[in-house]
Amino acid sequence: FSPEGRLFQVEYAMESINNSGAAVGILAKDGVVLATEKRVTSKLLDTGAVGCRKEKMFQLDDHVAVAVAGLTADANILINQCRLAAQRHRMTLSEDIPLEQLVRGICDLKQGYTQFGGQRPFGVSLLYAGWDEEFGFQLFQSDPSGNYGGWKATAIGANHQQSQSMLRQDYQEDVGLSEALDLALKVIAKSMDSTSLAADRLEVATITREGGAVKYKLLTEAELKPRVEAANAAEEKKKEDK
Amino acid sequence: GGGAPGMEYVMGIKGKDFAMACVSATAVQQIITMKHDEDKVMRVDDHRMLVTSGEPGDRVQFGEFVCANVRLRNMRHGVKTSTKAVASYARQELAKALRQGPYQSNLLVMGYDEGKGPSMYYLDYLATMHEMNVAGYGYGSWFVLSMYDNLWHPDLTQDEALGLMQKGIDEVRRRLSVAPSSYMITVVDKDGIRHLKTLEYGS
Repeated sequence: FSPEGRLFQVEYAMESINNSGAAVGILAKDGVVLATEKRVTSKLLDTGAVGCRKEKMFQLDDHVAVAVAGLTADANILINQCRLAAQRHRMTLSEDIPLEQLVRGICDLKQGYTQFGGQRPFGVSLLYAGWDEEFGFQLFQSDPSGNYGGWKATAIGANHQQSQSMLRQDYQEDVGLSEALDLALKVIAKSMDSTSLAADRLEVATITREGGAVKYKLLTEAELKPRVEAANAAEEKKKEDK
Repeated sequence: GGGAPGMEYVMGIKGKDFAMACVSATAVQQIITMKHDEDKVMRVDDHRMLVTSGEPGDRVQFGEFVCANVRLRNMRHGVKTSTKAVASYARQELAKALRQGPYQSNLLVMGYDEGKGPSMYYLDYLATMHEMNVAGYGYGSWFVLSMYDNLWHPDLTQDEALGLMQKGIDEVRRRLSVAPSSYMITVVDKDGIRHLKTLEYGS
């Protein structure tokens, strides 16, 4: 601890995440939206080469997915641990791991790195989106300290404070999935460097329920394009109106 | 071991909206009946129970182990572990122990889950697990399983099931030379776990 009672390494870890691509999560009444900004967008990147590897968005089990912000290598370790935890639970109890249980387990792991071993904390914040039988659709956020919270709407990564206040203003209770998607895109557009949104710089996913089963869907570029164009048009109109 | 596991009698029946167990209530060591009122039903929570049979030390130890861990999980995560999950967890523990120091214990995991209804899982010491409508352990069950196969139907009421349990006990006492002398009948439904009857016979 520092003399003022702070853990600098944990704070520095949280600071480092502010340099990474933004991630926004919104809880809708019929699903959860995760929208992220990709930072590695060189046209030389061969996204087909390593199967379905993504930069920001990962599925943890049938009923839960996660968006990461921070050091990618650190994130990979945590994602793997999440997946293991989900399957261990499934093997022992023959059911989906409840979302909060998954989050708590990973957070306990992260907390360990702030207390023992002389190892640095994980430089990753995560947004977890999923559904379980007890609590329905849920959105959680965790950070390098090992703290976590359940959220209706939240943002991590670059410009997350600005995104958070935008969400505070524009989020409505009981918003539908489609509106939530549009809001997420609007917020992410504001936080990104470029002047207008491009579908190939985003990874966007939804968690919904269809026919009694939870569905994780990573939106394709073709699916994103109309929404992105609509978001850009709305932004243009706002600027003109001003 | 101390007991003679085959001499015990356990029968479980799943009905329309309940699950019922009839268990011999004798605790036997060698040739001595230590207890006539041993309750072999362990309550996991208000709506889930384990009906344990087998080696006396193991069945209690394993039953308590499963109950304790399920209760811990319920407390930690603010959930009610479902009947299937309790059974799956117990099965995994039996499987882990099997090739090291097996629990010589068989059990029925019976419960009532809100929204799903009653269920019953048959587990044995080899880590077998089956969801069943009618199941049992012990020599007595050999006579009664086939009787219940004829008489069971999916809309069984509690009164009908109680009648079946009585029929089962009567058959065991008529034909099994080492039939137990006392039995306890317990039911679990949406209102919880209730002990229905204790039956004691002279010999």
